[in-house]
Amino acid sequence: MNEVVPAHSIGAYVPMVDGPDKVSGRAKYTADLIGPGLLAGRILRSPYSHAEIIDVDVSAALRLPGVKAIVTGADCDKTFGVLPIARSEYPLARDKVRYRGEPVAGVAAIDDATAKRALGLIKLKVKELPAYYTSKQALTAGANIIHAHRPNNVERDVLFELGSVEQGFREADLVREGNYDCAEVCQNQMEMHAALAEYDAVRERMTVYASTQVPYYVHLMLAQILDMDMSRIRVVKPHVGGGFGCRTEALNVELIAALLARKAGGNVRLVTTREETFITHRGRPQTDIRLKLGMRKDGKITAVECECYQRGGAHSGYGIVTILYSGSMLYAIYDLHNVKYLGKRVLTNTPPCGAFRGHGTVDIRFAFESLLDEMASELKLDQVAVRRANYLTAPTFTDNDLMVNSYGLPQCVDWVEQASGWRARKGKLPRSNGGLRKGLGFACSHYISGASKPVNWTGEPHATVKIKLDFDGSIVVLSGAADIGQGSSTILVQTVAEVLGLDISRVRIVTGDSEVVPKDNGSYSSRVTFMVGNAAIDAAQNLKRVLVEAAARKLEAKPEEIECLGELYRAGAQDKGLTFTEVVIEALKDSGTITVTGNYSTIPESHGGKKYRGAAIGGTMGYSYSAQVVEVSVDEETGVVNVEKVWVAHDCGKALNRLTVEGQVQGSVWMGMGQAMSEETGYHEGLLVTGNMLDYRVPTIQDSPPIEVGIIERNDPHGPFGAKEAGEGSLAAFLPALTNAIADAIGVRFNTLPVTPDRVFAALEKRRRAGNADAAQANIRDKPGNDEADWA
Amino acid sequence: MARILELVLNSRRRVDAVPDNLLLLDYLREVVGLTGTKTGCDGGECGACTVLVDDGPRLSCLTLAGSVNGQRVDTVESLGHDGRLSAVQRGFHEKLGSQCGYCTPGFIMASAGLLRRNPRPSEDEIRAALGSNICRCTGYVKIIEAVKYAAELHAGGVAP
Repeated sequence: MNEVVPAHSIGAYVPMVDGPDKVSGRAKYTADLIGPGLLAGRILRSPYSHAEIIDVDVSAALRLPGVKAIVTGADCDKTFGVLPIARSEYPLARDKVRYRGEPVAGVAAIDDATAKRALGLIKLKVKELPAYYTSKQALTAGANIIHAHRPNNVERDVLFELGSVEQGFREADLVREGNYDCAEVCQNQMEMHAALAEYDAVRERMTVYASTQVPYYVHLMLAQILDMDMSRIRVVKPHVGGGFGCRTEALNVELIAALLARKAGGNVRLVTTREETFITHRGRPQTDIRLKLGMRKDGKITAVECECYQRGGAHSGYGIVTILYSGSMLYAIYDLHNVKYLGKRVLTNTPPCGAFRGHGTVDIRFAFESLLDEMASELKLDQVAVRRANYLTAPTFTDNDLMVNSYGLPQCVDWVEQASGWRARKGKLPRSNGGLRKGLGFACSHYISGASKPVNWTGEPHATVKIKLDFDGSIVVLSGAADIGQGSSTILVQTVAEVLGLDISRVRIVTGDSEVVPKDNGSYSSRVTFMVGNAAIDAAQNLKRVLVEAAARKLEAKPEEIECLGELYRAGAQDKGLTFTEVVIEALKDSGTITVTGNYSTIPESHGGKKYRGAAIGGTMGYSYSAQVVEVSVDEETGVVNVEKVWVAHDCGKALNRLTVEGQVQGSVWMGMGQAMSEETGYHEGLLVTGNMLDYRVPTIQDSPPIEVGIIERNDPHGPFGAKEAGEGSLAAFLPALTNAIADAIGVRFNTLPVTPDRVFAALEKRRRAGNADAAQANIRDKPGNDEADWA
Repeated sequence: MARILELVLNSRRRVDAVPDNLLLLDYLREVVGLTGTKTGCDGGECGACTVLVDDGPRLSCLTLAGSVNGQRVDTVESLGHDGRLSAVQRGFHEKLGSQCGYCTPGFIMASAGLLRRNPRPSEDEIRAALGSNICRCTGYVKIIEAVKYAAELHAGGVAP
């Protein structure tokens, strides 16, 4: 007989536990919940950017046969929003409409065709107001106020200075300043927003199935909007087709579906179109950045001054957090002192922005790594050496009190430098056979493993996991963590199996139904592996203790003498021992079905200080790090840039599942590529003109490069098995690595994103006309239809 | 107006009366109940609804149900034999060609169609065959690996 040994899956390549459902078509997403008798929901959206509502006349629509219910702003006077301090949005506009596409009315009818016809019969009477589509317009003195409680259309002003930038710039050998303009981008996850709301009028209970990353937030907001006791509400998260941040807050879609279901006294299925999903938005804001850096001859940064304007859209959303993150996350990647940050989050008459993957850090990182690169060239320093001159030494606390315990950036930098052949190839790439110019670019980025302070501070642990073990010997993990495709369910199964030494096939997981699973704070800011993973370890250890005690009793030994080998528990190597099933039978004699709980809470040291208003934002238990080299070829005749290859190294502490870590890192690099090269929302007087995947240009498989991943494992002392985040931190570095590579290839630097072929072509034309090499060094700011930002 | 639609859907003969303006996508999902085929856009943008019509990939969102009369239609639910995953399904599962899974049925059907007509595709041929399918999760790197692996399995006798 083979020796029984504990099974291990942590650190292996493990396909996802729900993979077979996805590849067979069995996995049900919200829009797949089709049943008899469901009413079809539709939303009437404002055709005005900014207007006072005088009347919403639904009388003709209500007379249409087959219409079961219509809801308008008159049906709900409660506001919602993700931040308790900024809940200013109505599910259906009441006093005003603030962007084109804002929901004005919802219709539930016997079928979709009837619901659509009813929308056409609703009459909206308004008084139009001046509307503002850029930060600059909204901030103009005397501009109409979009939200009465936000004077000057400023959602939040942030200002801090830690150290003295004046002193820092004096110590510098080179001081340079750049202006950067990053277009608004949208998550555009593959599944369009959808909700199914079932109202039980007899028992006054509401069940909502929603495509969400945070069922708990949906639960909270449903209670608020419906004015119902939370215990009467059940939220179910079926399979979710991606999120990337746009589903980290309750959306008007699920709230309107619930309002309709209650009013109709039935079940309403509301599936939005792709265009509506774009309009619901919650993407990354258009951002203007002015960045000034001071640098010594050896590459050491002596001062940072950063001004950042975000066009936040018509509602608060995550805005305050985003603008704070952009400042606080200047830190924790390099050793910085003398930093001044001025951030302004602006309200505009465009769809509301939100928390897009890499929340708040991406555009700032683009500016920072671009200017760093430019200054390195000017000082004749190697771009890699400049990063090396600014490393942190962990463990440490940054000037803004962020706790850094593990720091794998140096190892990431070394890996990509080696893998890409940087030293031998940088600046020496020959033209291709077709005459294309080639170049290499380098950049770094970082991200958090969950915010140390949750948005809703309740005093509960940050994460709770339950495990159930019953007569059949099956272990069932109960978790509220929302698997949205990132693989959190797989990680939790692996984690529990690892602690118990069992094969993962013994462990099942149930998630996503508030009636069954413990509450979870949700899948955002890369918190799940770190926090829920730690809670799962705690739960599994508690279960193991119960089993060890049962084995000890049966074997007439002391618990500390029991050796757990997964499928075998024994008292010493000579003991025949008990099989796992025998141990379970013994353990159940005490209590019947066994349920154990595991918890996790962050430590207070990670919460950040009180050095300025909002200083706690950015605090996490563990930062991930990433370095990237991007190789491009540029066709100077057409302006087409092709990414030939990407090398990326990501410090995730410990790769619990190498397959999913690789997948997450590749996916985030690629998403960065979309933002850098082609993705950009466009509006005509507030009307979204890119509400489809042809005008909003997502890279196809034909445009997408090989991405080679180096996994760096600087174990974090607090991470589950040493792990940190893997799904966001590599996005940001792509953007500057790309523009740095283009600068290397053709000597032109692009500070406006995305770098589309027409912008490259225009820049090259400008240079040709100037016929002057100096022009190549000038910043190219030629975004069509966009005035030069002037924030001085 | 309605018409009679007679087709072989996932190897079973089937007859339905369908409205003239009913899309094949909505027929599959709402009439038959085969929700494996996904709606990902407002028409022809993303490839999530790809099915095979007489072994050729087709966007079911741009196809009228009535137009496939007399033809064979295969959806993701048709793959796999004796309870086992097909070569392409195994490729996408084992090589992580699928993350959130929403684009997956469309990619799998486009890939199955490719392997049916070209059992040993080059990487360029894989890229060309999947050029009208959008994925937001993977960056496509592991999708290419998945299809290459599926071709190997197929060469070893596993149905695509």
